[in-house]
Amino acid sequence: MEAIILQILNGLDKGSAYALIALGLTLIFGTLGVVNFAHGALFMIGAFCAVTLSRILTLSYTVVDETKTDFLGNPAKVDVPYVYDLFGQATGDAIIDWAVPLSILFAIPVMMVIGFVMERGLIKHFYTRPHADQILVTFGLAIVLQEVIKYFYGANPIPTPAPQAFTGSFDFGAALGFDPNLIIYPYWRIIYFVFAAIIIGAVFAFLQFTTFGMVVRAGMADRETVGLLGINIDRRFTIMFGLAAAVAGLAGVMYTPINSPNYHMGMDFLVLSFVVVVVGGMGSLPGAVLAGFLLGILESFASMREVLAVLPGLNQIIIYLVAIIILLTRPRGLMGRKGVMEE
Amino acid sequence: MSKSNFTRRGLLKTSAVTGAGLALPTIFTAQSAHAFTNEPTGGTVTLGFNVPQTGPYADEGADELRAYQLAVEHLNGGGDGGMMNTFSSKALQGNGILGKKVEFVTGDTQTKSDAARASAKSMIEKDGAIMITGGSSSGVAVAVQALCQEAGVIFMAGLTHSNDTTGKDRKANGFRHFFNSYMSGAALAPVLAGAYGKDRKAYHLTADYNWGYTTEEAVKASTEAMGWETVAAVKTPLTQTDFSSYIAPVLQSGADTLVLNHYGGNMVNSLTNAVQFGLRDKQVNGKDFQIIVPLYSRLMAKGAGANVKGIFGSTNWHWSLTDEGSKAFVKSFGTKYGFPPSQAAHTTYVQTLLYADAVERAGSFAPCAVAEALEDYEFDGLGNGKTLYRGADHQCFKDVLVVKGKENPSSEFDLLEIVEVTPVEQVMYQPDHPQMGGAEASLGSCNNGA
Repeated sequence: MEAIILQILNGLDKGSAYALIALGLTLIFGTLGVVNFAHGALFMIGAFCAVTLSRILTLSYTVVDETKTDFLGNPAKVDVPYVYDLFGQATGDAIIDWAVPLSILFAIPVMMVIGFVMERGLIKHFYTRPHADQILVTFGLAIVLQEVIKYFYGANPIPTPAPQAFTGSFDFGAALGFDPNLIIYPYWRIIYFVFAAIIIGAVFAFLQFTTFGMVVRAGMADRETVGLLGINIDRRFTIMFGLAAAVAGLAGVMYTPINSPNYHMGMDFLVLSFVVVVVGGMGSLPGAVLAGFLLGILESFASMREVLAVLPGLNQIIIYLVAIIILLTRPRGLMGRKGVMEE
Repeated sequence: MSKSNFTRRGLLKTSAVTGAGLALPTIFTAQSAHAFTNEPTGGTVTLGFNVPQTGPYADEGADELRAYQLAVEHLNGGGDGGMMNTFSSKALQGNGILGKKVEFVTGDTQTKSDAARASAKSMIEKDGAIMITGGSSSGVAVAVQALCQEAGVIFMAGLTHSNDTTGKDRKANGFRHFFNSYMSGAALAPVLAGAYGKDRKAYHLTADYNWGYTTEEAVKASTEAMGWETVAAVKTPLTQTDFSSYIAPVLQSGADTLVLNHYGGNMVNSLTNAVQFGLRDKQVNGKDFQIIVPLYSRLMAKGAGANVKGIFGSTNWHWSLTDEGSKAFVKSFGTKYGFPPSQAAHTTYVQTLLYADAVERAGSFAPCAVAEALEDYEFDGLGNGKTLYRGADHQCFKDVLVVKGKENPSSEFDLLEIVEVTPVEQVMYQPDHPQMGGAEASLGSCNNGA
């Protein structure tokens, strides 16, 4: 029982990341009809927004400390962050400690701008081209973005810890009346899940309850008719691309304390997120979210020692196995609409 | 109307004879002038540095390349000479190798066996490399070593820790200075027993590839011999990034120690996840829960940040060693590049010097002569104390460093502290040890190529 609760919890946070990325992918596909293979790279760039902000906050000048020596035996150079001078050491340390949550504010405008530039500069030229062309160009773009990040930040993972207040884990077991230590779960992963739920809720509310959202939804259903009504649907779709980029970026920012970011983290998520989109149903936002959580939880269960003892290697194929089964029984995915990708 | 004498048969005959005639001199010169592959004939000799320049180990590869460039500079008489001054052998004079100026070409292994073989092949066939060295993965080392054996050039392995490189996959043309999984296990176990007691229940998470298996086997064998019990050993996919579903069940298993047989990005992520789960704050079986990382690398410790504090592991070399060789190398490298070298840089620098020295002592670049000079060669002054290049398996035997993540690092490089220098006798094994491929493992015969 404890093991099952634990794996559901595990699946929820993994599912949160899949759902957030798949949500952005589906938004872009549903509005612009573009299969965006660079979406994983946007997730990765989001994570590097957190790295960048924490580097900005720790920007330092060097002071020579005669009392210490460096590895060559010369007087040691000590870095003093500028924030110490601006706010004092205690406040400066607190600001540096909270770099990841602060990066949310930093990442939203940055990701929106990257999204706009990507859409206006490159992707709009591929609207009328076949999906294969779109996949090739966006995949190429993803590789270019990866290499750019690697050039500036190196190939090794960069530790970006959560604020001190959120380190450690919560003992669900003790709270639910089981033995202590049986079901522990890190605070930051709980926060990640709650954060993902808020973002997903906000995106749905935005599309459901605002006029802008209504127009976008109408455009997703029938782009031509909305255009004939004199509405500039293209401009709105560009904004949606920026929004989808911001969602992926935020998913990346909040993911940094879970796994130290490196340049290829986007690719690790991309393929799985596409499977999520297909299983959820191309173009279906609730489908993407549902499939994200479902596959996240299934992946967690398949990694259990007891399961691996019976079916070794299941953890590596479970997602694709489920995808095959779902597509065989429900060719449009869990919540796919008729007519999407079928013309 | 003129009559042509050309016939199809005649044309074929003439072409065949002409072709054979043209080929004849090169056949003879190839046989007579080159006794071995890529025999250097001019005033220079070319070494092939095959390191990961792209992919997840690119930073490690970059550090290896820095060390190689430094080694070439020293061999050619530039710089301060580095460890050439402290090396017990005085065969190297700073005038290249056998009087020939050392040049080098580089290849990108991408940490993929096929790409590494392709780049090594290209350096041998197109650039005329006489020796191939480098790499940051055992899969790559085993693949390139086999290629060099076939091509008839010497392979001086870079960072490769799997038992198999000089165990079941050992080759007569291949040599490894770096330590291996068996040595890590043998060095770590007594230190762990001393620090954490002999009554421990260990849970292994193991990267699902060659190096992971040999490390798990070695650590299991040596800790069980000390009285520890292995509760479970779970394989994790090499591509795994989030280890939460593997780490969450650890406490439920009743284990009080987690052994992470992971390297590189795997290690950074699994350790970070384990610390996030608060494993180190827990008490199991009345003892503090502990985590162990059998193979440490400073570059990886940097990726894991504060999570490495207090965690035991082993390493081939560390810049804080105070012997004359290490000090000379750190000074040379640090002055040139501004930061201390990694263990990958150290082993590759040493391998280059050892190769050059062997050529000087043999008086020939011929791979079999060089191999003979390296076999059972004892040396000192290269940073690990007295070292033996054992002839039976081409593995270096030297002291092993047991290290611990430093509690209060004074700089971004000062991440590990040396807990114990395990004497070489404690990590010695027979060449036919079961973990090393048993009695069937054989070097084969040396290949001069050509």
